[in-house]
Amino acid sequence: MHTAENSKYAKTHEWAYLEGDVATVGISDHAQQEIGDIVFIDLPKVGQQVSAGQNCCVIESVKSASEIYAPLSGEVTQVNEALKTEPGLVNQEAHGKGWLFKIKVSAPAEYESLMDLAAYQASVK
Amino acid sequence: MEESVSQNNLKKTPLCAACEAAGGKMVDFHGWLLPVQFESIIAEHKAVREGAGMFDVSHMGQVFVEGPDAWRFLQYINTNNIKNTAGCGTYSHMVNEKGCIIDDAISFCLTPEKFLVVVNAACIDTDVAWFKKHADKFNVQITDDSAHWGMIALQGPQALAHAAKLINGVESMARFTIKEITLFGAKGYVTRTGYTGEDGVEIMASPEAIVKVWDALLNAGVKPCGLGARDVLRLEAGYLLNGTDADGTQTPYEAGCGWVVKLAKEDFIGKAALEAQKAAGLKRRLTGFMLTGAGVPRGGCKVFKNETEVGVLTSGTYSPLFKGIAVGYADTNLQEADAVEIEVHGRKIPAKKVKTPFYKNRV
Repeated sequence: MHTAENSKYAKTHEWAYLEGDVATVGISDHAQQEIGDIVFIDLPKVGQQVSAGQNCCVIESVKSASEIYAPLSGEVTQVNEALKTEPGLVNQEAHGKGWLFKIKVSAPAEYESLMDLAAYQASVK
Repeated sequence: MEESVSQNNLKKTPLCAACEAAGGKMVDFHGWLLPVQFESIIAEHKAVREGAGMFDVSHMGQVFVEGPDAWRFLQYINTNNIKNTAGCGTYSHMVNEKGCIIDDAISFCLTPEKFLVVVNAACIDTDVAWFKKHADKFNVQITDDSAHWGMIALQGPQALAHAAKLINGVESMARFTIKEITLFGAKGYVTRTGYTGEDGVEIMASPEAIVKVWDALLNAGVKPCGLGARDVLRLEAGYLLNGTDADGTQTPYEAGCGWVVKLAKEDFIGKAALEAQKAAGLKRRLTGFMLTGAGVPRGGCKVFKNETEVGVLTSGTYSPLFKGIAVGYADTNLQEADAVEIEVHGRKIPAKKVKTPFYKNRV
């Protein structure tokens, strides 16, 4: 199961947790706090090809829209359907029920270039 | 993700430290360091719609207009008929010779020879320069007193009850009136006005006294609210945000505020241009939209009807009451029955034209 501790982080505040060749992706707890009340999420499409660093999802809070970047390259295989009716799950549990989408990764080596929790936390201090 | 702002070189209100102590997330608002939110915009919106919330609006400007010609001068620079009965306030627009909006403000009559004009923070300098430029022909004195005043907007169905604990007789004040008061030993003003669509008051006091008012209200359970909630509340209530919904190129008619233009009164700046526009008719007008599909509209988004662009949004947000709501300048031929789409992040979302205000309640 993905947790804050066992996930890896992009400097743009997304987390990824790799199991086999499928990565679960979300945003960090720090990011959800900064964004505030999340009211709508424009998720990527299942089957969509994404490359690492590509803008593929928009999170809307009351105040602003935040672009979310794919932390890894590959194909989107699943999106978190629960967020369509309850986007606030990301505020409640950025690392649990608030995951965004899953990617079947095409370049697993990219995972190694992401930060671990300690490095990410240091980067947002 | 938005980056946190550098707090250097930003102006601080007398309530800045109190806002930070209450957990305010501070941002740069037209050069002022102000809270965009405290706990949550949605929780703050709810507090104002159902209980009581307070906003630090100390950045707003206080300009005194005094002298034998004070009222005649205000009549000349305003489109609306300014009331000259002591205690009465009038919302109005100030426009240039082309009839385009410079600012919207409330002029409060303290005495027939002394008025307090409360103006938008971002417009203080331009407004004062505009006043002074046109004051030559009048026996008036213009004083920008903004630096000497802190200001709190206390809003919501419980606002008056909270205000009454600090200010005697506040509950019997009529809407848009002003009263001179004493707060914690200092001279102040209370007005029964606001920018939320709820009942409430705005309290002006010295920088020292306003901190005591904030603390007293906070201890009484009034929720501190930020600019984020204020923007949702004012948009629901259909209030214009000058600088955003009017960028200096629109007239009051185009901004949907024709009711503040009184063409029957004596000459005022912009009168000829506004008369001409009224006679010729409007091509565009600030129009309300509500999304019928999921998403959040924002200023800058384009409005389409049958793939043809018919408007551009100036303000949009997520309303806890109505979901996606917006206003924007649209073709006056657009009908409420017309199917429109609003383009948000490259995706066209179904929407409808609606009458504003979106929210009609107590005021």
